[in-house]
Amino acid sequence: MPTPSLPVSVDETAALLAGQRYVADRSLATSVFLALKLGRPLFLEGEAGVGKTEIAKVLASALGRRLIRLQCYEGLDVASAVYEWNYARQMLEIRLAEAGSASREQIQRDIFDARFLIKRPLLQALEADTGGAPVLLIDELDRTDEPFEAYLLEVLSDFQVTIPEIGTVKAAEPPIVIITSNRTREIHDALKRRCFYHWVDYPTAQRELEILAVKAPEAGEALSREVVGFVQALRRMDLFKQPGVAETIDWAEALMQLDALVLTPEAINDTLGVILKYQDDIQRLQGSEAQRLLEQVKAELGGRTVA
Amino acid sequence: MARPAGVPDLKGGRLLANLMYFARTLRAAGMPVGPGRLLAAVEAVRAVGLGDRHDFYWTLHAVFVNRRDQRELFDQAFHIFWRNPRILEKALAMVLPQTRMDTGEPQVEMIKRLAEALHGDRAGAQDEPAEEQIELDAALTFSERELLQKADFEQMSTEELAAAKQALSRLRLPLMDVATRRFTPDPAGPRVDMRATLRAALRNGAGAIPLKRRRVRTNHPPLVILCDISGSMSRYSRVFLHFMHAVTNDRDRVHTFLFGTRLTNVTRYLRAKDIDVAVDRVTGAVDDWSGGTRIGECLAEFNRRWSRRVLGQGAVVLFISDGLDRAAGEGLGPVMERLHKSCRRLIWLNPLLRYEAFEPKSLGMKAILPHVDEFRPVHNLESLASLIEALSRPAGRRLEAATEWRTTPASSAA
Repeated sequence: MPTPSLPVSVDETAALLAGQRYVADRSLATSVFLALKLGRPLFLEGEAGVGKTEIAKVLASALGRRLIRLQCYEGLDVASAVYEWNYARQMLEIRLAEAGSASREQIQRDIFDARFLIKRPLLQALEADTGGAPVLLIDELDRTDEPFEAYLLEVLSDFQVTIPEIGTVKAAEPPIVIITSNRTREIHDALKRRCFYHWVDYPTAQRELEILAVKAPEAGEALSREVVGFVQALRRMDLFKQPGVAETIDWAEALMQLDALVLTPEAINDTLGVILKYQDDIQRLQGSEAQRLLEQVKAELGGRTVA
Repeated sequence: MARPAGVPDLKGGRLLANLMYFARTLRAAGMPVGPGRLLAAVEAVRAVGLGDRHDFYWTLHAVFVNRRDQRELFDQAFHIFWRNPRILEKALAMVLPQTRMDTGEPQVEMIKRLAEALHGDRAGAQDEPAEEQIELDAALTFSERELLQKADFEQMSTEELAAAKQALSRLRLPLMDVATRRFTPDPAGPRVDMRATLRAALRNGAGAIPLKRRRVRTNHPPLVILCDISGSMSRYSRVFLHFMHAVTNDRDRVHTFLFGTRLTNVTRYLRAKDIDVAVDRVTGAVDDWSGGTRIGECLAEFNRRWSRRVLGQGAVVLFISDGLDRAAGEGLGPVMERLHKSCRRLIWLNPLLRYEAFEPKSLGMKAILPHVDEFRPVHNLESLASLIEALSRPAGRRLEAATEWRTTPASSAA
């Protein structure tokens, strides 16, 4: 199967994403196109559950590239992100070499050989692949600490990694890099400067309906409208954690499992845990507040269909 | 609109010049836009083309914006600038040298600065059509501030400064060090460092392999200070400001918030190395000195807007307040509970306890007490040294330290 080529315009990028059942705003398509075209990382920030990680997956499958994912966490170090030596095999090699009559220089040369190198995601991403350069997803960068962020600077600006025992490994073809952050802390400007930045916002009601139509088509028009209306109304409230698009999709699916054709206060109360993840928020919504919100949404929807 | 006004095409030299002026406008308004960013913008515009104003907008957005809070500023700047950039060219030349970059100010200020950057010199833009002005005015949505009062602090003397530094070196917050997932070489460490061992083995030649060891590295957890600056606390404000400045400059990952009737993040102002400059900046930024207190509302705002950003990595929260609340503790309990559950440890420092026979009786205090890990009363808070002494007392287990106050307040007063 021939590898699909990179899109040559914003329109093509939007079509490419749509082809993978990803409903993207024009603004996001523009940023993705720029990142692909100019070979720079794309830095996506936004609340949890707005489809940041999904972009990388969609791009990888649309372009027929390998997806390499690096999940960040506090204390992520070079040994688990870039490379590590296989110490056990190295030890064995030393014993074997000693049993023979290899010279010290010989052993030294052999022991730090690519055979003993365990490649972790960042190093793998620099390797050429038959299908073209892979898609490297650096997920939730804000979870890691500043030292690792600083380390990424070299990788992301020159697409190279320095291994003291071997030398510098440089990518023949730079990977497509997608970085996501939930903004639990600010990422340093030096890193952002090397990327195209995009803030992934909650979608508008219309966009969210399109997303539901693609992701949960069985939900049907009426239920989808009510679900989207309700979630949009929730986002206008002062909640501790607003529901993301992922929650909307989950909720529509949950309601379908309960055979709900339209939203009812009982159905909402039963499934509130799908959209709200904090007890404070759930308590606030349970009972009369949910009913009031539902009536308001229904009134709005009714008004719209009449008009 | 198919094409941005004033941008004929790619080959005409106007685009480059206009992009440059646009970048300078953004820079003057406080966004960190350098020549590198400008070059990237030219490259990006070439890649996307100028077919559509919407695409043009998002192309520049992808290059120039790199923080969530710059979006509004960029949006306004874009729409104003690309309507008729010629008007601005003249004004810009005069405005640029005077404006300083400072991104630490709140949103309203930023947009006000955009207006200054664009129209700072009204006389220089006399030929500006009236409609231009109308749009700008609509864009400037100042909220009328409930201006209370500005504070004026005595400057710090050299002696005081030296004493402060000395006192700070004695500061031992409960939970000073937490284990990280990183390692540091240590000859007596509990773990074997395989990589160092192998390298040493090769250096040694054949025969024995010397074991190299390492241990887990420890680090300060982030510190978040929430300090009450209401009227009842005003006599301590100076000491607290000095303390916060010293701590901010002493270690990394410190975030400082002041609250009275509103919440202000003053972290950036306190980063100024000179204590007097820092205090000046803080007093300039905070408008609710020595006013009333709305602890509940301020903390609710903190929980909603900041807690996930600054408490993310297991921060220790130092809550400095006398617990006297205008709303008499209403709604304070749940908010404190949320705060407590979001952080590693919540330490309450209460300077009201001037008398030995103090009992936490006010409603605000009663609402706060069940949710703090440590309760640190300070009697006669006169100096930084006494503050630091109070903070450095050994810590109990989580939630344990405050028990005596919670159950039998009378016994501790005896």
